[in-house]
Formats: sequence, structure tokens, C-alpha cells
Amino acid sequence: MTTVIEVRGVTKQFTIHHERHQSLKERVLHPRSGSTELFNALRKVSFDVGVGETVGIVGHNGSGKSTLLKCICGVLKPTEGQIRLRGSLAALLELGAGFQPELSGRDNVYLYGAMLGLSRRTVDAVFDEIVEFSEIAPFIDTQVKFYSSGMYVRLAFAVAVNVDPDILVVDEVLAVGDERFQAKCVDRIQHFQREGRTILLVTHNADQVRALCDRAIVLDGGDLVADGPTHESLRVFRERLLDDAAEHDPEKLLGTIQIESVTTPSGSFEVRSGAGAQLEVTVSSRGAFSGNFVVEVFTRAGLLVSRSDAQGAPVNLVPGANRVAVDLPRLPLLDGVYDVNLGVVDALGHTVVAWREGAASLQVIYDGRESGIVALGAAVTQL
Amino acid sequence: MDEASLAGPRERALAEAPVRVVSARVGLGRRLANLWSRRELLWGLVFSDIRIKYKNSALGIFWSMLSPAFTLAVYYMVFSLFLKNGIPNFVVYLFAGLVVWNMFLTAVSTATGVIVDRAALVKKVSFPREILALSNVGAAIVYFVVQIVVLVVFLLVLRHAPAWGYLWLLPVSFLALAAFAAAISVVMSAVNVYFRDMKHLIEVVLQLWFWLTPVVYSYENSIAPHLAAHGLSVLYFLNPVTLVVVTFQRIFYVTPVVHSTVTGQVLNILPTWSFGKFLELNLALLGLSLVAFVVAEAVFGRLEGNFESEL
Repeated sequence: MTTVIEVRGVTKQFTIHHERHQSLKERVLHPRSGSTELFNALRKVSFDVGVGETVGIVGHNGSGKSTLLKCICGVLKPTEGQIRLRGSLAALLELGAGFQPELSGRDNVYLYGAMLGLSRRTVDAVFDEIVEFSEIAPFIDTQVKFYSSGMYVRLAFAVAVNVDPDILVVDEVLAVGDERFQAKCVDRIQHFQREGRTILLVTHNADQVRALCDRAIVLDGGDLVADGPTHESLRVFRERLLDDAAEHDPEKLLGTIQIESVTTPSGSFEVRSGAGAQLEVTVSSRGAFSGNFVVEVFTRAGLLVSRSDAQGAPVNLVPGANRVAVDLPRLPLLDGVYDVNLGVVDALGHTVVAWREGAASLQVIYDGRESGIVALGAAVTQL
Repeated sequence: MDEASLAGPRERALAEAPVRVVSARVGLGRRLANLWSRRELLWGLVFSDIRIKYKNSALGIFWSMLSPAFTLAVYYMVFSLFLKNGIPNFVVYLFAGLVVWNMFLTAVSTATGVIVDRAALVKKVSFPREILALSNVGAAIVYFVVQIVVLVVFLLVLRHAPAWGYLWLLPVSFLALAAFAAAISVVMSAVNVYFRDMKHLIEVVLQLWFWLTPVVYSYENSIAPHLAAHGLSVLYFLNPVTLVVVTFQRIFYVTPVVHSTVTGQVLNILPTWSFGKFLELNLALLGLSLVAFVVAEAVFGRLEGNFESEL
């Protein structure tokens, strides 16, 4: 497979000025003062992306994921190391940053196209498509400063995705526009995937990564901590999130509760489709705690089947070992293996105090020949 | 065509696509090549700059003629009518020098602040950053061309023929000026990111620079004898704009030696160099300016690495 993005030992160092002496007078008066601090936003990050791969880059705020993306796009230059790119790249970083508010939508399409490296003729060829995709045809000759924020990003997105990039870099922008436009964007990205383009998706939305990516890279504090199949990387990501939360945990709840083991009454994790399953969970707690359980069910492909967010009456945990029953009364699923994640959150649902990724794997047995996820048992008869 | 078959050609095409490298140090050759490959963006920015500047103004680009015309009128009144410098057809002399100076002034004074002003763009979109400074130089060149057109109209109205034989100097001299203005603009735009005072400082420097350039006075007539007496003439010509101004004056004003309209005395207005000497000096200036531009690119490359932590 051809490698299109090669990241080699990339380190990015920022200088943080605690006191800024930017005027000449201040620089002359305080030639060496003004404390500065070096901050490594990325430390020796290396990975390759092959043609046609869709790679998610996840990490919480400040993990360096946006810095990495900007380095790949060439907006920032790495302090050390290098990035080698093959083919054209379009970046959706802060959509519309290149727009000139005083110019019309039409002029901005050409200008933005030029910024992405397109000739006028190339933009001419796709101009109608861009306008159609952005859904702002009546306002294309209006100055951009009169656009709503939604129109603004729609136009920018439309330009970026219509420019036929070999590599598309997307940074948290799928949260733009209304739900219908978002669906359209995701659809367009999936279309790109099928065409064999390479996509880098940066987000802290694990569901989006699961839905779109075959591979995910996890960054934490500037270090690459995981690089592998999406579900494995996401497990690392969630564990890191918990570790991180532990550091900022005022009540020191974290670590006091552990999800120890998960079994079933029969000892078997096989379920017939449509039947229910009961999980017996052993939870150890160091103190008394009242909280709720979160239950997630995923397909092996990483598609979320269901998530129940801390509903129902809270579970009162006592110090020592507790046994909790998690009932899944109906599993109308198709044949396959489903992963169950379990978590404990505090009564307000704000803090995750324990998490067990892949707490159990259920083998669902279904005889029908449907495909998809849910066993609807659709039948057709002549009337 | 089904989509699975689309993936094949793309992969093959990509295997042969050139590799771009993002790293801390970009070689000068690659910098210049990158710049050249993005020239369409440069044109786009030049014309959007001009459109934005005159958007919503009733007279539009006419302002780029009107405001220099006003300056011209003021200088003409002050130096020719009130101070009676006695130079015949002074307005042509003045105009020839002013178009040159205006271009240099507009380019440098607008480009100095441009990286800071467009910080949002610089931090979000990837392109050779010096294009922003160069787009201001480009816009200044467009205004320059507009003013040259007005100058030609002026010459027609006044029935004042240019020195036809010297007209060949025009492109050489113009290119030298453009390259020099680009070099200064590129460096200043980067320096201003670190020293924000530069924007204000450059305005003061440009004012001084204007008076060190023989636009509103004649070098030969007013200060050449004094400088020559101390052997300092070379010093005066270290200012590259001077040579361009004098060349333009030689082309459009034509006569180096005239009779004063006030006293009737002989006035030495311009250097009495031959065409060959003018060409030689202008070619040398062009060469030096191109070298200066390459050096400016190298300096910009060193300075741009830290832009994001300063903007």
C-alpha cells in the first residue's frame, strides 16, 4: 500500500510568554526579562497513513491533536522531525477562516479555492456543485459578512469537499449546520472513503470515530499512546480519560470503585436473538456510594447499538464487594458478537467513577437471513 | 463505473505524486518553488485586496488616481508657485518621481502590518505566508500602472514627449523597484510580528526616506554640489529608490539641463549620464534587488517558524 502521510519523530515546541514585551521600547528596556516557558505540544510522534485509510485522531483537550493536524496541513512547522505528504490535501480546520467578509460568496469561493491550491479553471468546473452543496444559491453574490454562521461554514465545507483532495483533514467540523446538513457531510465523507481517499478525522467524539474510522490514534499530553484498530484505541482513550479525571477528582472517588467481574447466572454468554440476558456484576467499593450504571452495547464493527445513560433508581454501593444485576430484557439483534461496556457515574451523572470497556461479550444467535444489526423479522405475504 | 474500481487509479496516481515535506527548515530553493507554484493565489489576493479597498466607495479605483493627483497638486503649488524653484514643466518632473515613490510607499507601508492583520488566516490556512506581503506589493503595482496611464494622459495634454530612446530603461528600472519593494515588504511583514512598533517606525522612516529621494527637489541642482565637495555622492545613491526616480525623471521629463523660469539661469536638473550608463546602473540595481529578495525570503523563512506563538 502506498503511504500518503508519513509522520516521523515530530516534536512541536511552543514558547509561552508570561509577560509579553512586544514593543520595541519594552524589548530595549527588558532585553532578557519576561519569563518564557517551553511547552511540548507534541513529543516524537511517528506514524504512517496508507492510501484509502480513514484514521481518527482522538485525545482530550490539550492532548496535541489539533497541533498535530496543523503540522500535517502545514499551518505549523514542527520544531523537530518531518512530515512527508503525497497528493493534494484539503483541510477543514475552522471552516471559513480564509473568507474575506467584504467579498461576495462567489469571490470567496475562488479565493478560498486558490488558498487550497486550486487554479481558477478548476474552481470554475466545480463551482455549480459547490453552490448546490452549500444550499446558499440565492445568496452567492451577497457579501459574506451578511451570512449567518451556518451559511458561512456550509459554504466553506462545500468548497473544501468539492476540490477533489487526495487527503481530507477534518477537525471537529462535523458539528456544523443542522442535523440534515451534518448527515450530508458524513455522507460525503463516506463517499470519499469509498473512492479510496485518505481521511484524517480529529475529534473527541468517540462515536464519530467508531462510525467512520478503521483505525484510531490516541494522543495524550503530546505523546502518541495508542495506534491501532478503532475499538482498541478507543479503549485506551477512555482509560486515559479516567486516569486524567482521577487527577482532577476533588472527592477522591476514582479508584475507590472497581468493576471487578461480570458473569451470567448460567455462566454462558450466548443469547438467542429476542431473548434477554442478565449480567451479574461484582463491584468493589472502598466506601459507601450512591450512583448510576451506564450500559453500552456495541457491534464488533464498533457501531453503537444502545447506550443507557444512568437511568432509573441509583444503586447504593456499600464498602466491600457488591453484586449488581444488569438486565438486558430484550436483545432483538442479528447473529454476531456484541461488546458490552459498563460504567458507574455519580448521582448527578457528571463524573465517571469507574469504567470497564469490554466488560462482557455476548454471542447472539439468530437463524434468520437478515443483514444489519436488528432482527426485525420482516416478512412479505401476498394479500 | 462502480466505486471500487475508482480506488485503483487513484492509488497508482498517488504513488507517482510528488512528496511534500513539512519540517522545521525548508530549503531556499524549495521556498521559492513553493512561492512560484502558488502564484494564482497571489493574483487572487491582489485583486481581492483592491476590491475590498474600494468596495462601497462611489469612485472606486479612481481614488488611486485622485489621491496622488491631489498630492501632486499640493507639491506643485508649494515648490513651483510659492517657493519658485524655477524648474519649467515642474509638474511632469514631479509626477515622474511621485509614481515611483508612491509605489514603494504603498507597498512597504501596507505590507508591514499584513501578517499581524491577517493573523486569523495565518494560523488556520496553509500557504506561503510571504504571499500576503507580496499581494500588497502586487496591489501597489496595479495602482502604479493606473498612475502611469494618468501620467501618459498628462504628457499628451501637455504635448510633452518622453525620451523615446530611454524608454527601454522603463521595464528594467520598474522590475528593480518591484523586486526591491518586495524584499523590504517581505522582511518588514515578518519583523513586525516580533516588534509591533515596526509598523509605526516604518512610517517615520518612510517620511525621512521620501526627503532623501529626489522627488520634489532636483538632486543635481540642490545637493549634488555639496555632497560632491565632501565626496559623499555615492552615499546618496545607496538609496536604491533614488536611481529609479532619476531614471523615470530622465525618461519622462527628458531634459537634464534647463533654463530657470524665474531667473533665466542654467539649471542642472538631472545627471547627464548616457543611456549606457543608465542601463548599466539599472541592471546592477535589478541584480542587487533580486539578491535582496532572495535574502528576504531566507530571513522570512527563519522568522516564520515562531509566528504562531507570537500572533
